[in-house]
Amino acid sequence: MIERGEVANSWRRERWDSFRLLTPNWQSRLPGLAYEGPDPDGYMTAKEVTQFVEGFAALTRAPVRTGTDVTSVRQSDDGYRVTTSHGEIACRTVVIASGACNLPSVPPFAEAVPPSVEQLTPYDYREPGRLPDGGVLVVGASATGVQLAAELRRSGRPVILSVGEHVRLPRTYRGRDVLWWMDASGVWDQRHDEVPDLARAKRLPSPQLVGGPGRTTLDLNALTSMGVELVGRWAAVRDGHALFSGGLRNVFSLADLKMERLLDTFDAWAGAHGPDVGPPERFEPTRVPESARLRLDLRGGEIGAIVWATGFRPDYRWLDVPVLDGKGRLRHDGGVADSPGLYALGLPLLRRRKSTFIHGIEADAREVIDHLAGHLAGREAGG
Amino acid sequence: MTTTVANGVNVQALLDAREALKDAPEAAQFVWRASSTWRNGVHSTTTVKEFYGLGEERAHKSEAVFDADHPEVFAAEDNGVTPIEYLLVGLASCLTAGVASVAQNRGIQLRSVEATLEGAHDIRGILGVDPDVRNGFNDIKVTFHIDADASKQDIEALVAQSQKRSAVFDALTNPTNVTVDVA
Repeated sequence: MIERGEVANSWRRERWDSFRLLTPNWQSRLPGLAYEGPDPDGYMTAKEVTQFVEGFAALTRAPVRTGTDVTSVRQSDDGYRVTTSHGEIACRTVVIASGACNLPSVPPFAEAVPPSVEQLTPYDYREPGRLPDGGVLVVGASATGVQLAAELRRSGRPVILSVGEHVRLPRTYRGRDVLWWMDASGVWDQRHDEVPDLARAKRLPSPQLVGGPGRTTLDLNALTSMGVELVGRWAAVRDGHALFSGGLRNVFSLADLKMERLLDTFDAWAGAHGPDVGPPERFEPTRVPESARLRLDLRGGEIGAIVWATGFRPDYRWLDVPVLDGKGRLRHDGGVADSPGLYALGLPLLRRRKSTFIHGIEADAREVIDHLAGHLAGREAGG
Repeated sequence: MTTTVANGVNVQALLDAREALKDAPEAAQFVWRASSTWRNGVHSTTTVKEFYGLGEERAHKSEAVFDADHPEVFAAEDNGVTPIEYLLVGLASCLTAGVASVAQNRGIQLRSVEATLEGAHDIRGILGVDPDVRNGFNDIKVTFHIDADASKQDIEALVAQSQKRSAVFDALTNPTNVTVDVA
């Protein structure tokens, strides 16, 4: 195993100070390792996740070569040649487990933002006190965006949140964590070859959830109640002004309808299986602002900083094997890449909806490694 | 998807096109065209016939002619609808086409689809009365009345999805670069 930094590197270095997992502690499980602390319904901090992953590294005695950068992976006669900062490795197979979130995605018009406004990505952001004075424009309303908007607003700053398509979820439903429902009802187990529109499902933004004491819902209504101003999707910069989409109502409708369909699925499952849960609930539709702003003067001083919570993309600059699509994503079928002996793990909906969650890796890894073992065995039989 | 639903939309052709264009972005580039001629006063006639798409020049089966003018309260002759009303025509027809297509794709039989549109327009902008008032619409409200074999929630989802995939909804809600030259 090759690791550019230390074990659990991204949990150590690429999370903001108040970060907590979206999944409750009892869901943090890896083969042979489960949460055994006092708060199964709580949510781990980045430090606790780091300790959890370190624990797994110790338990499995995984041969991790830390502090080693991979600079190139190329095909060779009988497999792959991996060039690292500590020399070359020849191998029959490679499993890419570097994930889909290596680089923050920022839209090209970020270059047109006046230099007086500081721009940060979630990898730069630590806590509100480190931002310049003034208001903050948070761009993106997935888990990261809503969490940072709430934290910045609580610090006393004016906050504007630019909202595109998003996934709304209550933190708890019928008395249970909503991610308990995803697990128990089988939604998370839906397989890549069963999902109707796989490409779209892979692009689904992370849900509007926060892990924290009190298990509070952090949807757009909660943010509105806190005084966060909602504007539409940021479409362009023109003459120093940010221009926002006028389609805010529809992204609210889409998210409200999708949430209702998901809750219907949960209710149907509960009706058939009779779990110990409370009565069905329905939530207030997302409140539409009286009149959402369509433009914002970025030079006027109202905004001191922009936080781009506009998602992430993988970094495959080191991968010298022609297996990327036109958008720079790995072409693969359930983690089996289009090059013999090359595999991936930990990508969105790799084999199941839970593929990118800590407890989702086990089933995927077993199936991918089965394929890998078959590949090696085939080679041996043939040779 | 095999259904007995007949909304008159060839969804299979659209799904096939979506698949075919996945790896052929150049074929997906269309150019829509219109040509206008000034008549008299604020009356003009615009014709639409030819367009470019799927790699070649194409044309509608027949040329369409649109008269635009201003109403008599604007001291004009009212030879046609006001230009800004054409935006409502475009939005209504685009969203309606989306509703029909999405319904077909989702196996929902439509019986009737009616939409009423209202665009709130403060004409102090175009008259130059107040520089703080914009020239265009301040708000557009679309109300659909849909009779279909589907729940209220499914019908709301049809309308939401049609907005999500609408060219005109996008063109009205998001900024577009516009270049106006004198040749």
